[in-house]
Amino acid sequence: MIHKFEVDGTKIVLDVNSGAVHLMDEIAYDIIDDFAALPEDKILEKYGGQYPVSEIEEVWAEISQLEAEGVLFCEDGFTGHRENDQSPTVKSLCLNISHDCNLRCRYCFAGSGHFGGARTLMTAEIGKRAVDFLLENSKERRHCELDFFGGEPLMNKKTVEEVLAYGKEAASRRNKEIKFTLTTNALLLNQETTDFLNREKISVVLSLDGRPAVNDAMRLTIPGTKGSYDHIQPKISSFVESRNNENYFVRGTYTRNNLDFSQDVLHLADLGYKYISVEPVVGSPDDDWALRECDLPALFQEYEELVRQYVRRMREGCGFDFFHFNLDLNHGPCLPKRLSGCGAGYEYMAVTPEGDLFPCHQFVGKNRFKLGTVWDGIQNTAIVSEFRDAHVYNKTKCRECWAKFHCGGGCHANAEFANSTIMEPYHVGCELEKKRLECAIYVQVLKAGYKEINGPLAKAADIC
Amino acid sequence: MKHIKTVTKVNLQETVKNGGCGECQASCQSACKTSCTVGNQVCAK
Repeated sequence: MIHKFEVDGTKIVLDVNSGAVHLMDEIAYDIIDDFAALPEDKILEKYGGQYPVSEIEEVWAEISQLEAEGVLFCEDGFTGHRENDQSPTVKSLCLNISHDCNLRCRYCFAGSGHFGGARTLMTAEIGKRAVDFLLENSKERRHCELDFFGGEPLMNKKTVEEVLAYGKEAASRRNKEIKFTLTTNALLLNQETTDFLNREKISVVLSLDGRPAVNDAMRLTIPGTKGSYDHIQPKISSFVESRNNENYFVRGTYTRNNLDFSQDVLHLADLGYKYISVEPVVGSPDDDWALRECDLPALFQEYEELVRQYVRRMREGCGFDFFHFNLDLNHGPCLPKRLSGCGAGYEYMAVTPEGDLFPCHQFVGKNRFKLGTVWDGIQNTAIVSEFRDAHVYNKTKCRECWAKFHCGGGCHANAEFANSTIMEPYHVGCELEKKRLECAIYVQVLKAGYKEINGPLAKAADIC
Repeated sequence: MKHIKTVTKVNLQETVKNGGCGECQASCQSACKTSCTVGNQVCAK
């Protein structure tokens, strides 16, 4: 299986099953689809009126050689089969430190922080038990991860501090390491908290949607009538500066209200933020801000415009890191890892303030998906198996999709909310992911120093 | 080659035999945690 696409005249072919990426001139790009279907003489017959025969023969020879090397038209010898392990290896936990929030964001997946239940805070006791659960169930995995999440975790800072200290010591005793992350709306980022996060080297995700009017349409202060931009942007900037512009992401969400979201990305870049992610909102189709199928053409153009600006700024020495354009073509994970992106439900779980386990933060409060508790362990092994088996080889739409090994099958929560099954990915999400991947591959092609502009292949100057 | 330049020559199929150790970072398509998309993971081995 191959996927060919073009970005601003640069013609690229991804060989899906090997992961190899090729840059092609016009003739090769034109002919490659027919290579698998037609013999050489039929190719010459079909294209002989358009291109010189000698050139067609050269292309045929090059494609043949790459096929023989296993980097074009590579067969997929993997089936996705793995040993069915009834006891999952948990390596990553998301702690809902707080089922409460000091903002009232309109699109909040947590229903303004409380997930549909009472506004509660996690005790340190339950947080420490969650750490023990993670370390006990991580088996031989040395590297584990723990995210402080919510609601707003800084509303319960004491528990964060205690769990962090406990986690570091407990992991060390077992010769393991825990990587800690904290996601925050930044409203409570004062100097003391900043110093704590920097001292402990916690990776931080800071929520800001972009331009003031865009942010303030969705991210509202209590009771939900005024925007939060003027409160949070200075705090985010101060925090980013305090850690020398490293080890964080500023993360925004785009909705139907800002289909021109590239302007929000550039706004964040103009504020000096180096690590940026702006991502599509997920919600019910009935929400007036939800993205729709009819928005896709505009969004595709917006990603193309964004990648142009991204490349331009990189060339001008004022580049930034955009989460969805990051792609490692050479040192990426193995094929078994790529079967499903996140491991939700068997490698990665969320913990509520009460100590209940769910496949991820998006499933919290949806009782059919409750996996167990940090005290009793995993009890709902059927759900674990369901999530473990929801990988790209078992999902019909993913099996035939060119993006499967870079996407990992999409977000299970998106699939469940859109289609009431994790076995069918969310179509709008798939289309956006494929567009982003094409842009990301294009960026890697440019970073490798190649550029094709309607003519012979040329090696342009490195852009970074 | 004249008509095709191979930008990256990897073969995922060869990673099946020794892969799957699970030491790499958790992946997510969303940066709500400082995760990576699976496509941007680096093998931790």
